[in-house]
Amino acid sequence: MKDITKLSLHQTRDALNKKQFSCKELIASHVKEMESSRPLNLFITETMDHAIKSAEISDNNIKNKKQRNLEGLPFGIKDMFCTKDIKTTASSKMLSNFIPPYESTVTKNLWNDGAILLGKLNNDEFAMGSSNETSFFGPTKNPWKINDSKNYIVPGGSSGGSAAAVAANVGVASIGTDTGGSLRQPASFTGTVGFKPTYGRCSRWGIIAFASSLDQAGTITKNVKDSAIVLNSICSYDPKDSTSSNKPIPDFEKSLEKSVKGKKVGIPKEFYQEGIAEEILNLWDNGKKWLKESGAEIVDISLPNIKYALPCYYIIAPAEASSNLARYDGVKFTHRVEADNINDMYELTRSDGFGEEVKRRIMIGTYVLSSGYYDAYYLKAQKVRALITEDFKNVFKDIDVILTPSTPTSAFEIGEKIDDPLSMYLNDVFTVPVNLAGLPAVSVPVGLDKNSLPLGLQLIGKSFDEETILSFASVIEKSANFKHSPKEWWKNE
Amino acid sequence: MSIDKNLVRKIAKLSRISVSEDDVKDLSEELSKILEWIEQLSQVNTNEVEPIFSSFEEGAELKKRKDEIADGGYRENIIANAPKTKEGFFLVPKIID
Repeated sequence: MKDITKLSLHQTRDALNKKQFSCKELIASHVKEMESSRPLNLFITETMDHAIKSAEISDNNIKNKKQRNLEGLPFGIKDMFCTKDIKTTASSKMLSNFIPPYESTVTKNLWNDGAILLGKLNNDEFAMGSSNETSFFGPTKNPWKINDSKNYIVPGGSSGGSAAAVAANVGVASIGTDTGGSLRQPASFTGTVGFKPTYGRCSRWGIIAFASSLDQAGTITKNVKDSAIVLNSICSYDPKDSTSSNKPIPDFEKSLEKSVKGKKVGIPKEFYQEGIAEEILNLWDNGKKWLKESGAEIVDISLPNIKYALPCYYIIAPAEASSNLARYDGVKFTHRVEADNINDMYELTRSDGFGEEVKRRIMIGTYVLSSGYYDAYYLKAQKVRALITEDFKNVFKDIDVILTPSTPTSAFEIGEKIDDPLSMYLNDVFTVPVNLAGLPAVSVPVGLDKNSLPLGLQLIGKSFDEETILSFASVIEKSANFKHSPKEWWKNE
Repeated sequence: MSIDKNLVRKIAKLSRISVSEDDVKDLSEELSKILEWIEQLSQVNTNEVEPIFSSFEEGAELKKRKDEIADGGYRENIIANAPKTKEGFFLVPKIID
């Protein structure tokens, strides 16, 4: 069979079960794509030998009719997830030699279901960034390019490697994290589906902590059905994470067929703002039209405090980060710069081990938590967060789902925004509010802009109502019929 | 709120990050810009608002496990990634004269 790697996850699963090819052949094809995609800088650590060995076990299981849900399917994993005995760096110099002695719950769930690790994917350092450019290991390149331009485009971030890998057909799906849009924004930039479930659906055990009240694991896939399948594997109650939810987990794949007829879609007026590309507004209108045609009702809504979500996030996320990253002190985690006294050792180690953006956020976080400023910044932000959460609760009394663009623009060139932190932060204006309220959301690709770059629409759901989002995402996907794929220029570099 | 050079030095100290004098000026400008932008939160009236610190299920109590030893006995694993160890302990520069 030709082009095995172009199949989606569920197509690959069905083909394996029908024995159209073996798992060994499948892994060999993906390993080949992995090798030819090296110019994209997708992986920090490749685990090909492990993948080839695992394929044999999967082939045996299929032969003996003992296949598990994700048997033999190759996954790339964002390098924020601890993988036992396999280097896990958070794309930071600080952890560039860190070998976890334990496995994250999310990845453990995947391996228990038979999935196979291809390697650890690049991301922004400690997941702080929106372009993958803050990685210590260099930026991942977006498989997409502007028309005939030679210039490289960012894949978005922080799960940039995860999104770019799926767009380049390396692995059938990948896993990432989303603290302020880190799955949905790169999905929008790469023509893939990025799903962030409700806060608490996935265990945070073994995910390198950035901002614990916002961090959430999720998926990057080629289509909506695939995300439903993977969500059923990674979501679980875990006593090791005190904010992990023990609510029952539905069969997400089944929810794809649920009708959206008679359901209500909110369109928040505050999302019409300066700086949104005309083409994005047009795609948004298309989205409304498609849902209307499927029998859903479009309702104008208002989220009055949403405009404060971004500054609110840039207090809370750095505050939590400054606390979480205090553990990197040159004592426990691999990297140390020697000095005569312990304070100098701490300061030199952290100055050398962290990149610019991470240091900037630690300093902002330290400042807003410091004596004399705590009330004015940190406490104020948590009050604004309460107002934003309340806004969502109020509108969800009357509607089932919210439809917005995923990003205000399409992907930009490498180097274009990295020297201006504020303009980078503004990229996440549509995704950040969701994390503050802990809601589930997805980005679905719907079209290309005039530069031939992909764009996505975002669906936001009620807390723990991933099912409704999936049914709506399915409708959008069918109507948009997004069939574009990037030219494989990296194979000639 | 502008972050002057002295404040940058103070924040760097609190963050345990050594910052060179050259970087102090850049950081002062960058952090000031970001904090000026954050200032817009002061427009929001939050007088009657209770802060929330997590979006975890409303009303759900954080689960507590019994206070008993559930696992352990893997000192080697814990120190495996330490840059310096001695006799099963983390080794740091001398802190007491």
